[in-house]
Amino acid sequence: MGRKLLLTHDNVPGIATYEVYRSKGGYASVEKAIKTMTPEAIVEEVKTSGLRGRGGAGFPTGMKWSFLAKPEGVPRYLVCNADESEPGTFKDRYLMERIPHLLIEGMITSSFALGANTSYIYIRGEYFYVARILETAIAEAYANGWLGKNILGSGYDLDLYVQVGAGAYICGEETALLESLEGKRGNPRIKPPFPAIAGLYGCPTVVNNVETIAAVVPIINDGGEAYSKIGIGRSTGTKLISASGHINKPGVYEIEMGLPVEEFIFSDEYCGGIANGKRMKACVPGGSSVPILPDYLVCKTASGEPRLMSYESLSDGGFATGSMLGSGGFIVYDENQCIVRNTWNFSRFYHHESCGQCSPCREGTGWMEKVLHRLEKGLGNLDDIDLLVDVARRIEGNTICPLGDAAAWPVAAAIRHFRHEFEYHVQNPEKVKDPKHGHHEPIMPVAPVMVNA
Amino acid sequence: MSAHPTGTHSFDPTLRSQLKFSEDAMATIRTIIGRYPEGKSKSALLPILHIAQAENEGWLSPEAMDLVANILGIQAIEVFEVASFYSMYNLQPIGKCQLEVCRTSSCWTRGADDIIAYIGKKLNIKVGETTPDGMFTLKTVECLGSCGSAPMLQCGAEYHENLTEDKVDHLLERLRTEGKRHNYTDLEYKNSK
Repeated sequence: MGRKLLLTHDNVPGIATYEVYRSKGGYASVEKAIKTMTPEAIVEEVKTSGLRGRGGAGFPTGMKWSFLAKPEGVPRYLVCNADESEPGTFKDRYLMERIPHLLIEGMITSSFALGANTSYIYIRGEYFYVARILETAIAEAYANGWLGKNILGSGYDLDLYVQVGAGAYICGEETALLESLEGKRGNPRIKPPFPAIAGLYGCPTVVNNVETIAAVVPIINDGGEAYSKIGIGRSTGTKLISASGHINKPGVYEIEMGLPVEEFIFSDEYCGGIANGKRMKACVPGGSSVPILPDYLVCKTASGEPRLMSYESLSDGGFATGSMLGSGGFIVYDENQCIVRNTWNFSRFYHHESCGQCSPCREGTGWMEKVLHRLEKGLGNLDDIDLLVDVARRIEGNTICPLGDAAAWPVAAAIRHFRHEFEYHVQNPEKVKDPKHGHHEPIMPVAPVMVNA
Repeated sequence: MSAHPTGTHSFDPTLRSQLKFSEDAMATIRTIIGRYPEGKSKSALLPILHIAQAENEGWLSPEAMDLVANILGIQAIEVFEVASFYSMYNLQPIGKCQLEVCRTSSCWTRGADDIIAYIGKKLNIKVGETTPDGMFTLKTVECLGSCGSAPMLQCGAEYHENLTEDKVDHLLERLRTEGKRHNYTDLEYKNSK
């Protein structure tokens, strides 16, 4: 049984209410931070912990905080990114729904550390009912003196609000999120300047994921040093993993960084193995944007080492034979899954969600979707496969924000590892006409091709 | 733009409705505007559009958008450019219950296509269409963050998860019996300050 730092009381009845949360030691980090620590000491503690952004990028949180500009007389903002929209990811929703006060406690402690007097939680519009849960919890926090004026008699003031979005994946990108919070279309901004210098309303701003902010609570309670000792190497602490797809026990699991992937998929404590007694064909370990891995590279790296749930191990081998931890959206596909159809499904998503600002992404995602659709239907030719690789390569790195990369990587990886399935679609158009077609032919592990190595 | 019509993103200026926000809605709108710094009331645009939509039978008519522009003191085009960007704003009338079925990988893997086809057959409508009685609209949407409880659909603020044909039958029956409109938002914005 791995250690848990966030989901310690998620099954306690009434934990969403202030009374029960408080009785389980809730808001201790706020007391400790405001009464006994300076804002600088809190930032140091977070740096020591080695905590890295849990939204997907994995950037060191303490470093991000220390970049925050502090010009005299200019307000600073903390904005929580609760726009969880990465396909395969539902951990933040679980956390906010079950233990809303944990996020609020983290927001107060973090806002104090950053010197923010107004903070916002930007939550995706579809999570309206979760926004209501958060607002109820925030009202309780105000009523008990944890928010508002002069918190704990310290002279520190903080107002916390929930802002709902309206359906746009791109608003999970931090500058698009800020645009949206300002009441505009979610078009990502050109960086620099980074939000730490000019963010919300042009003021210094930190944007952090829900899980990142929640992790500040145990870091302040137990110390950054203790947190840094959990996990493995530069992947410290615990991570919430959203597990879905063809597994026996889909759900949100808190794991210690460094847990073997094999144990995560097959042990009864976590995913409980592949559903219906089938074989695993592939796995997307970090949300739809990260490269897909074929079965033989999921539990072991190309060099034969056990693959671990950590930033480093999941990306071992680069994009040639590795992937990324990303947001922890862990999707498992069984042997009958058609990879071509799945790749088309992802491409359709990115085409739908491209904001349209940059031509390579706006046009390229559409082209990839069209070409994949015709391959899927058995109407493509062999050149289409290389065309896809070419389009993906021309999108990657040529856009303002990472959505372009996120759209290109899954396509490139699917072709890298499953080119034979794309060829099968060209060569057997009759067999793939039925939309429910699987690929029942034996899975032939192809030798990994070293791309960009 | 998209090759998959959802029926919500085309704009027909001849579709007009009579609209006036209720007193309660105006009070809520004032509360929301109070959450932002002086001079930054445009930040309230997204939440106010949700309210406008709920006050206007589930969609944003040109009149509704004009009204919002007046309240915030911004140009109508600023409202339209936002309303046309986000997928939760409907620019055409919809049924009382919009069934938004997730079609992205994890849901699709666990049978979303079958659920979409089943609802379509049961209601005799295609994706993007509304039943003649104005009760149901069928829509497909991208990942709603319910991958661990797939397949799923959203109706108003409610999530309906781990769907089976049986569950869909019961849901449609219940929605039809209740006969009420399902909006994303209510007016319960708390003025917590």
